[in-house]
Amino acid sequence: MRVGLFATCLVDLLRPSVGFAAVKLLQQAGCEVEVPLAQTCCGQPAYNNGDRNNAARLAKQVIDTFYMYDYLVVPSGSCGGMIKVHYPELLKNDPAYHAKATDLAGRCFELTSFLVDVLKIESVDAAYTGKLTYHDSCSSLREWGIKQQPRHLLNSLDGCQLNEMANTESCCGFGGTFCVKYPAISTRMVNDKIASIQASGADTLVAADLGCLLNLAGRIKRLGLPIKVFHVAEVLAGIAHGPGIGEDESA
Amino acid sequence: MKSQSRAFRTNAEKALLDTQLQRALNIAGSGFIDKRRAAIDALPVFELLRDAARTIKEHTLSHLDDYLLRFEQQVRANGGQVHWARTPAEASKLVVQLCRAVDAKRVTKGKTMVGEEIGLNEALEQAGMIPIETDLGEYIIQLAEEPPSHIIAPAIHKTREQITALFKQHHARYGLTKPLETVPEIVNEARQVLRQEFLQADVGITGANLLIAETGSTVLVTNEGNGDLTASLPRVHIVVASIEKVVPTLEDATVILRLLGRSATGQEITSYTSFFTGPKRDTDQDGPEAFHVVLVDNGRTEMLGNDYHPMLRCIHCGACLNHCPVYSAIGGHAYGWVYPGPMGAVLTPLMLGLQQAPDLPQASSLCGRCAEVCPMSIPLPDLLRQHRFKLHEQRVSPLLTRLALAAWASLARHPASYRWVMNRISHLLHRVSRRQGRFQRLPFASHWTQSRDFPAPQGETFLSAWAKKVAQKRGDK
Repeated sequence: MRVGLFATCLVDLLRPSVGFAAVKLLQQAGCEVEVPLAQTCCGQPAYNNGDRNNAARLAKQVIDTFYMYDYLVVPSGSCGGMIKVHYPELLKNDPAYHAKATDLAGRCFELTSFLVDVLKIESVDAAYTGKLTYHDSCSSLREWGIKQQPRHLLNSLDGCQLNEMANTESCCGFGGTFCVKYPAISTRMVNDKIASIQASGADTLVAADLGCLLNLAGRIKRLGLPIKVFHVAEVLAGIAHGPGIGEDESA
Repeated sequence: MKSQSRAFRTNAEKALLDTQLQRALNIAGSGFIDKRRAAIDALPVFELLRDAARTIKEHTLSHLDDYLLRFEQQVRANGGQVHWARTPAEASKLVVQLCRAVDAKRVTKGKTMVGEEIGLNEALEQAGMIPIETDLGEYIIQLAEEPPSHIIAPAIHKTREQITALFKQHHARYGLTKPLETVPEIVNEARQVLRQEFLQADVGITGANLLIAETGSTVLVTNEGNGDLTASLPRVHIVVASIEKVVPTLEDATVILRLLGRSATGQEITSYTSFFTGPKRDTDQDGPEAFHVVLVDNGRTEMLGNDYHPMLRCIHCGACLNHCPVYSAIGGHAYGWVYPGPMGAVLTPLMLGLQQAPDLPQASSLCGRCAEVCPMSIPLPDLLRQHRFKLHEQRVSPLLTRLALAAWASLARHPASYRWVMNRISHLLHRVSRRQGRFQRLPFASHWTQSRDFPAPQGETFLSAWAKKVAQKRGDK
């Protein structure tokens, strides 16, 4: 099965190791993984800021880039949700692309959901020593209904303990450009989230969306808290032994 | 009421620093959320009811004119009168006229958000009458001269200490000077004061949660019984309701009532669910001599069939407020008008104009929890996004934001340039970060870095590293 990996622009620029982790997980599961170089941004920033035209242009570009693959896999519920939920709506009046968008939406999956729901992976062959807590990104949770899939895989890690935090379903305050448009409100939201993370007793935070993770890691580092932050793919692929997100490389 | 929605940003920032408000919001905490969850878990058919209610509302909305006329006919048949108001000004003028016609001095009011929407208290005061709010929360904020901060818990922003201080200040003239400590003491004192008002009032005004076309009844849910006293003690009962509140039958009303209490306060049913059907009949012992219903449009017919149509299904339960992380952080007043939270962020720009509330649709992370808990399945994030489309098209959103987004989109449409630029930025930032893994300050990113570090790139972009890897593999072969 040919899988096209859409790394997302945040992973491309800020956390390439997530891309490599996703490739590793998919290859281990027997997929033939390709990373088309014509991929850029899914168009969500434009879409959520009201610029439908640019969002549609980028949507068509993504569709053209990934249409040929059996599956399109994204290590992000948010960018994936844009493709799955919003492309068909965005392109509903475009006769040439609407059917394609709907077709691709049906073949588009968030990484952990793809591993568990499509590839029927029960466990991963990796270890992580520590107490993890998992943050549900709003898109994974509400646009995809993903809840158990990442937890299922995390529980199969050697040496790992999963501590659920309270209020796991509340937003971390990232919200794309929301966090820079309303920084004071966003900061309050991320503070609340971090209080829940701390109360869980976990030493490591994982999530499936780099947007949430940049926001959470950024605030955790600013507060000087001893919590490591990784993308779920890094942990599942067994490559989460280097510096976490926002962490000093020389340490 | 005068809108402060344009000052949303400043108001929100002030609210975050307001220790009394934060204490009140903190005390309210997850109370509504937990109670709603428990009530819904105890009712397995909730999802079915939700679908049924949506169908009922959609059916009603597609025949809204029919059902409203049928409602009017039934109200008349019961001996009441229906008055139609297109604008808030028309509506408040109508109510004032009805009050004047009976030479009213004192007017008791049950909870009506539409009353807030049409600025009813101000209109009554200007006409020389004294409106007295009888819902405890409404009464508290009337004393404080503040607008409601929540559609079902209007004084949720007040702490107990603030309330006892208000009572001390305002109730001394009734000879009530005993210091108040507990909630029952507060409630009792309010009852003592309000009981007199109920008996003296010439007119009682209530809102309506539902209007029933089949019977000409208006339905009001309360937990204090103040609605019943407002409706039945004075000589005249005026119901002020917006047009989308109508449902065809009594049975339809019960479907929505089963959702309403559970979604709002986690109650299976509120303490009082009152059905008002016309004035006192000859055989009745109590009740008003006259019964009027003022139906308010205020832009709602324009919403029929347009992008915001689903908003007309709203039953004002407040679940979207209770579950909104933005509302929970800043409270209702920051939204600046009658309706706060997600439903308010959709409605306010529709009723006041997008220019008057440009921040409201933007100030959301679109987390989607509101839509998830909405008993009427209103896609609130999609409706907020509709506003954002319009803000962009009308160029109301800040120029800098629009330019930055256009530049990003233009780069993203040229994959080769995009790869080159991103890779250069990645290398540059990585070098500047000096392997610290993050930045405490970054040009053009002060809104991020004012409270967060910015994680640094790892050195080479994923696409560049991948391309090299693929090329190397080819070379090896």
